[in-house]
Amino acid sequence: MSNNRVSRRQFLNYTLTGVGGFMAAGMLTPMIRFAIDPVLQHKGAGDFLPTSQKVAELTDTPVKVSFSFEQVDAWYKSEVSAMAWVYKEGDKVIALSPVCKHLGCTVGWEGSPSHKNEFFCACHAGRYTKDGGNIEGTPPQGPLDQYEVEEKDGLLYLGPIIPNTLVKK
Amino acid sequence: MLNKIYDWVDERLDITPIWRDIADHEVPEHVNPAHHFSAFVYCFGGLTFFITVIQILSGMFLTMYYVPDIENAWKSVYYLQNEVAAGEIVRGMHHWGASLVIVMMFLHTLRVFFTGSYKKPRELNWIVGVGIFGVMIGLGFTGYLLPWDMKALFATKVGLEIAGSVPFIGDMIKVLLAGDTTIIGAQTLTRFFAIHVFFLPAALFALLAAHFIMIRRQGISGPL
Repeated sequence: MSNNRVSRRQFLNYTLTGVGGFMAAGMLTPMIRFAIDPVLQHKGAGDFLPTSQKVAELTDTPVKVSFSFEQVDAWYKSEVSAMAWVYKEGDKVIALSPVCKHLGCTVGWEGSPSHKNEFFCACHAGRYTKDGGNIEGTPPQGPLDQYEVEEKDGLLYLGPIIPNTLVKK
Repeated sequence: MLNKIYDWVDERLDITPIWRDIADHEVPEHVNPAHHFSAFVYCFGGLTFFITVIQILSGMFLTMYYVPDIENAWKSVYYLQNEVAAGEIVRGMHHWGASLVIVMMFLHTLRVFFTGSYKKPRELNWIVGVGIFGVMIGLGFTGYLLPWDMKALFATKVGLEIAGSVPFIGDMIKVLLAGDTTIIGAQTLTRFFAIHVFFLPAALFALLAAHFIMIRRQGISGPL
């Protein structure tokens, strides 16, 4: 018998392995797709959300602007409050996300008495300059994120969070 | 009576060799604390397993009251701890055992390291042990979120940031764990519950089985 011939035993092995493979794949594919769904879901860009902050009252000192929006978390809808650090640079309104780029704590403006004119994260003493730039030698590896901003009827509207555009590196 | 039942089963199924294989083996003098008290260090592996069994049992009973839902998780934990008889004890077992199992596992690792028991031919068992270590850490991380209190939420926030810092696939891992790109909420809790109660224990059982089969196959390493 030549080597190329498939024996009865080999044939059965191949067919059973093949069929078994298809059955296993048929079971696993839906389960895996089910599990990774959140990774593959696309989220539309967020709308601009109104705040109660009057743009005219902003100064060059960052103030805490709180706002709330309806958050849809799968089957759970809720009213969520969030905040931004907002100030004016000349005529331009700048809104920074307070989420520390180290491990996600909340930073405060002049949050530490020993560091004036800086954002400070109390968790691991991360520090940022006023434009959100992370200060070398403190834990954060990048600058604070920014909110897109809009003005409507004199009120400040906050949009999606974008990477910091103010810090030049 | 019991003897008769045993004999009746044994006559038909010949079970004596099975349990002899599992339970009947020599304990060498150098690992027996009755001979040398310092041999108690050889107990840490067994103690890790003992506490793991407590964790599995207490966890099974906790799920009789716990619900992995963001509205009710905290309330159900509060209820089972304060309203249910012995609830404080059962939750306490799971809570303290979680820390103790890590401590025991660490001591066991130290014993294996300093007795050189990881050397040939036992390298594979060390590798499986490292796998068990990872699964245990995962169980600790996922279990921490389940009470859904502020400590749990913020610890998970930080933990997810750490997962997200993995090069290239970090963001995907983060979403896969959290169930959402930005929210730590309803889907995070159900996912962590599923991972804590089904996926990781399944992996743990497989690894523990491999760990124990190898130990019986190779025997306990010799004296120093």
